[in-house]
Amino acid sequence: MKTAREVGIAGYGAYVPRARIAARAIAAAWGRSPDARLPLREKSVPAADEDTVTMAIEAARGALRRARLAPSSIRAVWVGTESKPYAVKPSSTVVAEALGATPWVSAADLEFACKAGSEAMQAACAYVGSGMADYALAIGMDAAQSKPGDHLEFTAAAGGAAYLFGPADNALAVVEASRSFVTDTPDFFRRQHMHYPEHGHRFTGEPSYFRHSLEASRGLLEELGRRPSDYRWAVFHQPNPKFVRRIASELGFGEEQIAPGAVVDRIGNTYSGASLLGLAAVLDIARAGDRIFFCSYGSGAGSDAFSLCATSRLEAAREAAPSVLDYLARRREIEDYGTYLRVTRKIRML
Amino acid sequence: MMELPRFHRLRGAYYRLEGSACPACERRFFPPRSVCPSCKAQGLRTFAFSGRGTLYSFSRVLQPPRGFAAMAPYDVGMVRLEEGPLISAQLADTEGVDLSIGMPVEMVTRKIRDAEEHGYIVYGYKFRPLLRPGRAGGP
Repeated sequence: MKTAREVGIAGYGAYVPRARIAARAIAAAWGRSPDARLPLREKSVPAADEDTVTMAIEAARGALRRARLAPSSIRAVWVGTESKPYAVKPSSTVVAEALGATPWVSAADLEFACKAGSEAMQAACAYVGSGMADYALAIGMDAAQSKPGDHLEFTAAAGGAAYLFGPADNALAVVEASRSFVTDTPDFFRRQHMHYPEHGHRFTGEPSYFRHSLEASRGLLEELGRRPSDYRWAVFHQPNPKFVRRIASELGFGEEQIAPGAVVDRIGNTYSGASLLGLAAVLDIARAGDRIFFCSYGSGAGSDAFSLCATSRLEAAREAAPSVLDYLARRREIEDYGTYLRVTRKIRML
Repeated sequence: MMELPRFHRLRGAYYRLEGSACPACERRFFPPRSVCPSCKAQGLRTFAFSGRGTLYSFSRVLQPPRGFAAMAPYDVGMVRLEEGPLISAQLADTEGVDLSIGMPVEMVTRKIRDAEEHGYIVYGYKFRPLLRPGRAGGP
């Protein structure tokens, strides 16, 4: 899919909370052997005063600084998340208000499991690409939910990124094309009044993550007549380190192309934020002319693939906001599982 | 909830650190004022502070007032904003940080109150140790 007018990323910003919990602390609390193989070393945890809204605000402020743009020029604020602080009341209005983008702005929260953030990117591209607006903000952010004791608890993390889309001629990276691939697949779901999601065991992996990521990626490569070797960097949805490596190798991308964007290795799966945060880490190091391949995945299920090309404006804009590595470097470990339960409000009084 | 109108009215100050600036003597105020206490001028304009400042004083809250229990223990501080005013606020991300008077801090938006699961969440300004001292920043 291509837009009528050329679109690019005018600014981007990331956010990762400071706290980490070691996978072995979670494993110990649930009686797992200290030698058990765990998917990660540690994951990011939001502070007691953080949620999707506060994290989205900080990432969006970073995007605005890099774009050097007045907040009143933003025509849409879309927050993709599966951890809305309110079941009814948009997160996007708080974000838009905090940025100073209100009141002449469109705003909504989007939900598509881990694909909500890239869906917001598609919508923002279309808004700018059609000429309806000059600037639209797409955010993917999550304080990921996982049931205590479930294996997702080792990886469900917090963080994400914000992308301000605008006309290609003053962009930090140009959007060359995008593609979406969606089917009804029952791999992961949460009903209205439940605290934690369920996964449809046999549907995880092959018929969901791998099929949708492969189809969307191959579809986009075919549309553009490109091969993986035409790209300097590649970013995929990253539920765990293993899945990213497998999808990359099935498509023909090498470790050197995906390593900088595989933020999951350091902090876990930030759900709607995961692929967007990976892309931010790549934009932190990309040089003018570097092609970037991006493919998200969300349960339910679907993938959005984007082909991007960094411009000469990227390097100068970078310094205006903290990098993903700045956020990763300020880690502080939560020593015990009990404190983790308390700050993430998983303790319920009977 | 009785306090809804109050928080709604204060959202410019809470979300964007908006105070006021005197058109006559150029002094800046936070929270916003309608009359300049210095030169008595009226018609003060809205002024958004940069959010950068230095820590003037600080203390640790171990016994929090009602509505803040979930976040305790936490630090509070007085912050001298770059543009002049001295304001008090909660500090964020200070666990394990050696706080000191004069250290650079920056404004972040966090949950101020989130007491009950069915209630309204109040978002507002807090200050954290500057994420990247010595490097570019500011809104």
